[in-house]
Amino acid sequence: MADEPLVLGIETSCDETGVGIVRGHTLLADALASSVEEHARFGGVVPEVASRAHLEAIVPTMDRALTEAGVTLADVDAIAVTSGPGLAGALLVGVAAAKGYAVAADKPVYGVNHLAAHVAVDTLEHGPLPEPAIALLVSGGHSSLLLVDDLAHGVTPLGATIDDAAGEAFDKVARLLGLPFPGGPYIDRAAGAGDPAAIAFPRGLTAAKDLAAHRYDFSFSGLKTAVARWVERRQRAGEPIPVADVAASFQEAVCDVLIGKALDACRSSGVQTLVIGGGVAANSRLRAMAEQRAAKYDIRVRTPRPKLCTDNGAMVAALGSHLVAAGVAPSRLDLPADSAMPLTTVSVTGEE
Amino acid sequence: MLVLVVDSSTPAVIAALVEVTAAGVEMRAQRCAVDARAHGELLAPQVDAVLADLGARPSALGAIVAGLGPGPFTGLRVGLVTAATMGQALGLPTYGVCSLDAVGFPAAAGEPVLAATDARRREIYWAVYDGAGQRIVGPEVSAPAVAAARARDLAVVAAIGDGAHRYAATLELPVADEPRYPLPVALARLAAERIAAGAPGEPLTPLYLRRPDAVAAAGRKSVLP
Ligand SMILES: [Zn+2]
Repeated sequence: MADEPLVLGIETSCDETGVGIVRGHTLLADALASSVEEHARFGGVVPEVASRAHLEAIVPTMDRALTEAGVTLADVDAIAVTSGPGLAGALLVGVAAAKGYAVAADKPVYGVNHLAAHVAVDTLEHGPLPEPAIALLVSGGHSSLLLVDDLAHGVTPLGATIDDAAGEAFDKVARLLGLPFPGGPYIDRAAGAGDPAAIAFPRGLTAAKDLAAHRYDFSFSGLKTAVARWVERRQRAGEPIPVADVAASFQEAVCDVLIGKALDACRSSGVQTLVIGGGVAANSRLRAMAEQRAAKYDIRVRTPRPKLCTDNGAMVAALGSHLVAAGVAPSRLDLPADSAMPLTTVSVTGEE
Repeated sequence: MLVLVVDSSTPAVIAALVEVTAAGVEMRAQRCAVDARAHGELLAPQVDAVLADLGARPSALGAIVAGLGPGPFTGLRVGLVTAATMGQALGLPTYGVCSLDAVGFPAAAGEPVLAATDARRREIYWAVYDGAGQRIVGPEVSAPAVAAARARDLAVVAAIGDGAHRYAATLELPVADEPRYPLPVALARLAAERIAAGAPGEPLTPLYLRRPDAVAAAGRKSVLP
């Protein structure tokens, strides 16, 4: 529909420079530049390297998005940008870019929460999100369980990782197994040929005593150490490492905890919709397990296609479009980048 | 021609509108706020404010000039990304100028001077200018004592800029009061020839002078005793 808002979204919170353009719930463009290869030799994202890459990439990425969508900046109704949480210096490039475009083209700018954008992106694939919904957001930077009662105004955090993010655990185990960075896709591929029940790795924070205080929290540090111990014992004994079995068993342990807790949250809140987002949501076992187990309880799982699960500009545009449609006030031009933006803030409104 | 000038290479966040004509560069409106931690918050409202001062719409601009640094990275990028995105949105050429030149060039008075800004970590960004304001050494980043030794070799008579004030004792040079930070008129003047000639715009590549702090992943530590 032509009267739906045309919104541009800018994402620079980590190592992806993303510019997306949506009209209502329709994706028109999703342009991406990644500095992931520059970080690979460091085994993790180097903030200053990411910030430099964003500055170089933002203008050409914007050009590609506008061309792909067949629109000009003058056509858009609003510009949304991830203003947090994320790497401070990286966020600042995107926020300053959004303001540059906003001032030049005289458009309102919305500073939005990266995690809420991971939820909103699913509307591009599956239409408006039934509320309330439970959202499971898992990536290299975050692992959170949220109750989404009103995506335009506020979400309720239920739990989060108390140590490593789920994606970080994938990266670390991949390194241990001699697989490249980022580890997620390589573990997923290796696991395909392995037995998920070969090794009984621990499920963090699932014992009765842990559940009392951390029902919806995650912990992957103990799992990562358990995998390292298992692999080292083998190495010391001079035995070969069954990479596929280790990958499959590790992946099974991660998915088991994530899905178990997400479905527990759905059932205890009486919620029928589970949205899964973030880079780890691209994991094939996570997607399959979620579908299987949710079916038992009549819970509908919504997971966007893998390209929309990882960080991108389309998710920011999708949230921006939702905010514009809901009549939420835009941000002011002094909008800061907020590396620790709380989950309860969906967007930074200019109102007092 | 109305030209937007921005510089965020020092604690001074600068936005200005200047008129560039055959006769020279004339200041029309400017905002300068000194806050090393708020470049991202301050710059866009300042750009908006200088436009409002003249009742000008962004479409009235003919070019954009940006200070390329050197400067602390995070703040420096704010000015460059602002200039680059506005240039793209408005279809305007963007021109880069070494920010130190806008400190050293206006100080030219017949004798060589050292211009310095704060690089943190007990270092300065610095360059040496001859009596006519031409840069002859730099820009470089180093301890003030290193710059002081080079300045002595080059018969520098005075130091200028925020970094010179901060490390006056080490530099052992008389320090001129002004300019402390890049002068927007000087930034525009240093790009005026390119503006007047309608030269093609340039990508705004920051003068970082330092590599990113990044440590290659070390060998994994054993988890077994
Ligand atoms: Zn993310």
